[in-house]
Amino acid sequence: MARIRFRDVRHAYPPPKGQQPVYALNEINLVWEDGGAYALLGPSGCGKTTLLNIISGLLTPSEGEILFDGKEVTHLPTSERQIAQVFQFPVVYDTMSVYDNLAFPLRNRGMDEKLVRDRVEQIAEMLDLTANLKKRASGLTADGKQKISLGRGLVRSDVNAILFDEPLTVIDPHLKWQLRSKLKELHQQVGMTMIYVTHDQVEALTFAEKVVVMYEGTVVQVGTPVELFNRPRHTFVGYFIGSPGMNILPCTIDDGQPVFGTNPLPVQSRIKNELSGKLEVGIRPEFVEFAADGIPVIIEKVEDLGRYQVLTLAHESETIKMVMREDQLIPSENPRIQFDPGHTQVYCDDWVVEEAVNE
Amino acid sequence: MNKTQNNRAWWLVVPVLILVAFNAFIPLMTVVNYAFQETFGDNVFFWEGTTWFEQVLRSPRFHASLIRQLMFTGMILAIEVPLGIGVALAMPRKGPWVSVCLVLMALPLLIPWNVVGAMWNIFALPEIGLLGYTLNSMGIDYNFTNQPVSAWLTTVVMDVWHWTSLIVLLCYAGLSSISDDYYQAAHIDGASRWAIFRYIQLPKMKRVLTIAILLRFMDSFMIYTEPFVLTGGGPGNTTTFLSIDLVKIALGQFDLGPAAAMSLIYFLMVLLICWAFYTIMMRNEEQ
Repeated sequence: MARIRFRDVRHAYPPPKGQQPVYALNEINLVWEDGGAYALLGPSGCGKTTLLNIISGLLTPSEGEILFDGKEVTHLPTSERQIAQVFQFPVVYDTMSVYDNLAFPLRNRGMDEKLVRDRVEQIAEMLDLTANLKKRASGLTADGKQKISLGRGLVRSDVNAILFDEPLTVIDPHLKWQLRSKLKELHQQVGMTMIYVTHDQVEALTFAEKVVVMYEGTVVQVGTPVELFNRPRHTFVGYFIGSPGMNILPCTIDDGQPVFGTNPLPVQSRIKNELSGKLEVGIRPEFVEFAADGIPVIIEKVEDLGRYQVLTLAHESETIKMVMREDQLIPSENPRIQFDPGHTQVYCDDWVVEEAVNE
Repeated sequence: MNKTQNNRAWWLVVPVLILVAFNAFIPLMTVVNYAFQETFGDNVFFWEGTTWFEQVLRSPRFHASLIRQLMFTGMILAIEVPLGIGVALAMPRKGPWVSVCLVLMALPLLIPWNVVGAMWNIFALPEIGLLGYTLNSMGIDYNFTNQPVSAWLTTVVMDVWHWTSLIVLLCYAGLSSISDDYYQAAHIDGASRWAIFRYIQLPKMKRVLTIAILLRFMDSFMIYTEPFVLTGGGPGNTTTFLSIDLVKIALGQFDLGPAAAMSLIYFLMVLLICWAFYTIMMRNEEQ
């Protein structure tokens, strides 16, 4: 068990001849606390897997260092790092039985055969593999094989962290839920650091205590699901988390207050006037509401999603999404909306503007 | 539901039947014909029953060539298979050297068999051949034209040179199909180099390796051209393998009956061994 720290880590894959290297990871400084349940969330190709492989030692970063409990491990090979990793697609050793597959990581480390048996049986029990222990691994379905992969990751009790690289992609939905809660349960029992890579926000938000959001090789925010929802630090987080995502609208600043079109928007505290760059205001669809006095809009579309409705509104050329509970009513004429000041955020070049202290 | 009965489509199979009949069935039946009868020409045949088979199976000459044949096939398989796997493992997986290696590997396979025999004959001649001359000037007494051991070594080395590439290329294809995930998982699981080979690479190569061994077994068991050009079966009879012996009986001595019986025995042996080997190798696949 260890606290894993990234210090100024950057990574570029070898570029094609005659081209500048493109960084898959831009300068990452990050601490993974011991025993945390983390989700690493981001779109495909944003560097999640690269980051994971750097932790496990399958990749050596081009710059920067990795520390486990303050000890530098940047150049340590995978086998000496005590990291377990589960990959997106099942990897099983075809010629071995399910039991031998699960025992493989333990036997490679010279563990006593009796302890191996206890541990394997315990993990098999947890993953519902007990009935299959004697079968050859190659005969199992994709689900079964991925359970073996998971099992090989979980079977070692001495690891510093377990990394999951979108491990449930090939598993069918009902089993997905089951396995994810199993993992969470296991985390609570054993308290091992778990890092779970996914591009699915539901998966990330249900699994993790803390979510690390990545975008184009940069960690844009680390926070609890609630923080990510209420205070996205980057427009990408606002847009990526939540369904539908945050409304990001162009704005200007006038006298410490954002102005959308010609409509001043109330915010909790004054915004610095001297901002340069692309200015935008962000508001979640959940915090948009109809009001007698506000921004005039046209209702373009109403989608009924059961417990709530999603409205697509237009103000001049901008589109605004709004979430409304079922029991609320849509005004029949001249609809106007307002934004909840407590949840209106201003972004400059995609990063949130820290509010100036209210005088 | 009414199914229209139309058997005229069967006529479409006729060309294939004719082709198979002429290139396989009729020649084989001719051999069968000779194997059970005696002829003195003029298309006059006398029934002999199993006489020729008994004669061949009891003949010390047949036993001797069969043993030589088994030794030769055993030796080249024992050398070529591990060597082929080794070379395939050592070849680069990506980069500009891949195509260079592949072309170099494929070269020996492209040379006609009698040319291989002639090349090695000249190469190994003790007075003028590069190999023969070098060995002798190093003080090693080497002359494949009159020393059985030298003749054997030269034949085996020639075959290894000619055919190891086949195993290399097949194994390389098997290895290239293994995705990186497997190697990464093995590193995470703390597998040793040997364990990676034993539990990942070997199982993934199993199918192609089975085919490679089958091909090498059949080809080497039926080898004719290369040793015939290299040593002509000599010195004495020491490198007379089954095919060379068969040709000597059939065309040298014109003993058509025993030669036909021997052909059938030979054919059945190849068939039986291939079948047994393939069945054993594939038995586990179906579980």
